[in-house]
Amino acid sequence: MSILVDNNTRLVVQGITGKEGSFHARGCLEYGTKVVAGVTPGKGGVIHEGIPVFNSVIQSVQETGANTSLIFVPPAFAADAILEAADAGIAVIVCITEGIPALDMVKVSRYLQGKTTRLVGPNCPGVISPGKAKVGIMPGHIHLPGPVGVISRSGTLTYEAVWQLTQRGIGQSTCVGVGGDPIIGTNFVDCLHLFRDDPQTEAVLLIGEIGGTAEEEAATFVKAHIDRTVIGYVAGMTAPPGRRMGHAGAIIAGGKGTATEKVHAMEAAGIRVCRSPAEMGVMVEKSLQGK
Amino acid sequence: MKIHEYQAKEILAAYGVPVPKGEVVTAASDAKRVASRLGGTVVVKAQIHAGGRGKGGGVKLARSAEEAERIASAILGKPLVTPQTGPEGTIVRQVLIEEGVDIRRELYAGIVLDRKASMPVVMASEAGGMEIEEVAARSPEKILKVAVDPAVGFSAFAGRKLAYGLALDGGLAAQGADLFSKLYRVFQEKDCSLAEINPLVQTGGGLLALDAKITFDDNALFRHQEIVALRDLHEEAPLEVEASRFRLSYIKLDGNVGCMVNGAGLAMATMDIIKLAGGEPANFLDVGGGASAEQIENAFRILLADKGIRAVLINIFGGILRCDRLAEGLIQAVKTLQVKVPVVIRMEGTNVELGRQMLDESGLNFLTASTMGDAATRAVEAAKGVHRS
Repeated sequence: MSILVDNNTRLVVQGITGKEGSFHARGCLEYGTKVVAGVTPGKGGVIHEGIPVFNSVIQSVQETGANTSLIFVPPAFAADAILEAADAGIAVIVCITEGIPALDMVKVSRYLQGKTTRLVGPNCPGVISPGKAKVGIMPGHIHLPGPVGVISRSGTLTYEAVWQLTQRGIGQSTCVGVGGDPIIGTNFVDCLHLFRDDPQTEAVLLIGEIGGTAEEEAATFVKAHIDRTVIGYVAGMTAPPGRRMGHAGAIIAGGKGTATEKVHAMEAAGIRVCRSPAEMGVMVEKSLQGK
Repeated sequence: MKIHEYQAKEILAAYGVPVPKGEVVTAASDAKRVASRLGGTVVVKAQIHAGGRGKGGGVKLARSAEEAERIASAILGKPLVTPQTGPEGTIVRQVLIEEGVDIRRELYAGIVLDRKASMPVVMASEAGGMEIEEVAARSPEKILKVAVDPAVGFSAFAGRKLAYGLALDGGLAAQGADLFSKLYRVFQEKDCSLAEINPLVQTGGGLLALDAKITFDDNALFRHQEIVALRDLHEEAPLEVEASRFRLSYIKLDGNVGCMVNGAGLAMATMDIIKLAGGEPANFLDVGGGASAEQIENAFRILLADKGIRAVLINIFGGILRCDRLAEGLIQAVKTLQVKVPVVIRMEGTNVELGRQMLDESGLNFLTASTMGDAATRAVEAAKGVHRS
């Protein structure tokens, strides 16, 4: 097992004819993901990278049975692309686009309430279940199938963590980049919920960063509902307050959202928190060995 | 993006929110002219983005036009130090001259994005004039909150709920409810991340926005050219402005180990590990996922403009990025820019061995490392060992 994406994933790539969309659709295909369709309004009927392109998501669903979407649409139109995918009944939407206005995401979140569609992102690297499916922009070869679930708000820092695991021969069940924006579809708690019900996942590595309260909410959930090992790391110990650290959501506002607060909340919930980002792999290894 | 108080008040006034009469000026003589036109007691307010201006001596009462001129002349062109500016302060280039107001009560009105609820939340409090974070920490029960469902918008009842919650009655309650609804329209239509009136004052003549602060969602600026036009580059660090031109995300800090990283999370983690290794990071710098040769050269130029740097740590997790190409870009940039400080490189990606070999054999001041921890230790040691004459 694994979560969100697996061998049953049938992927449609929205914005497939753009530079990013083309490149990463090919990357997903090469990894072994069933990329069944692409969508670019106005380019329906074309075959791009060997993949049939449709004018709308609903057409792609009807023609190919697509159940998962990967979005590379530019920021001004990305919220609309998410709504379109949800309307077409897509089960898992992964939105890579960075720079979507926050108030557009407020509307999207409201629209998704009560629907079964799950949105991952935006501003994220995507989701990968090693050996099964890659739905995102991460380098597939650094991953290895195995027992560790990885959840993170960033991209390359997740690759760093995964690489530390793989080099120790520790594989991953699923790695989810939830995204660096203030308003995202799937949060840490949602992922923890899914990992709790996944028999393949024996331990979870939770990589947080400054800003917001997602880590604190995850800590509360872990304490009450998770009985397997959770290892944590929080980036931004040296980040100055009031500055947006690259990610729109990574900001200490009004003295809240500091790394120290988050580390304390996580430790109080029994999560083993690494002080150094270089220790993520070794800490997971020790935890799996019961040390 | 931040704007000045006077700009925020202009936006509020355009939406029908009452603000004090006043005018922003850049010369003390104009301060006198405006003060005499307004008549009576006026307030001279330094216009800088940082908060805490009152505590720093940037907000003063003047009982005559001559006094207004004297105060303006003492403030203009000089640095103002507040609890939020840092010890060097910020140069005041404009002052706002406003009519004096008879204040009966100081209230608070503000709107922020609630990340957890994924909705804007409108807040009101009778504890006006204080920082809302302080009120939230000490007595959260004093803050009234209404989350706004985007499908419905800001309802009239929500405005009344807040107005009556602030113990406004009669005509004031109606004015208050209307004011909250106007503030919400500003937040919504201008894509704000914060719209705050603090204090919102009750005067003999009704409610008035005595101070205002608005910040905008950077991601939405593409659809607000009128807001982009309000940007004041004087308020931003010159290197950060330069970096933003190349779409590099750069924030200057006080340390001496410069860093260049692809990705925001990894960049923060790299700063943290420099600190753990006993050094101090000089900056945050995210060159983006791709790390092209051109971006690396731009990034180097920005880093080296900071004269306090004693070593540079480059941490690139490329994955599919070709490390030999990266090495080529690095060697080129170091030669072109005549980089003198030691450069420690940690990279991952395809052809990583070849990339390292190219750097080692370049004859330049490169040190390669295979892990983040190793890289941080080397960079910190290098920074301590450099003696420039």
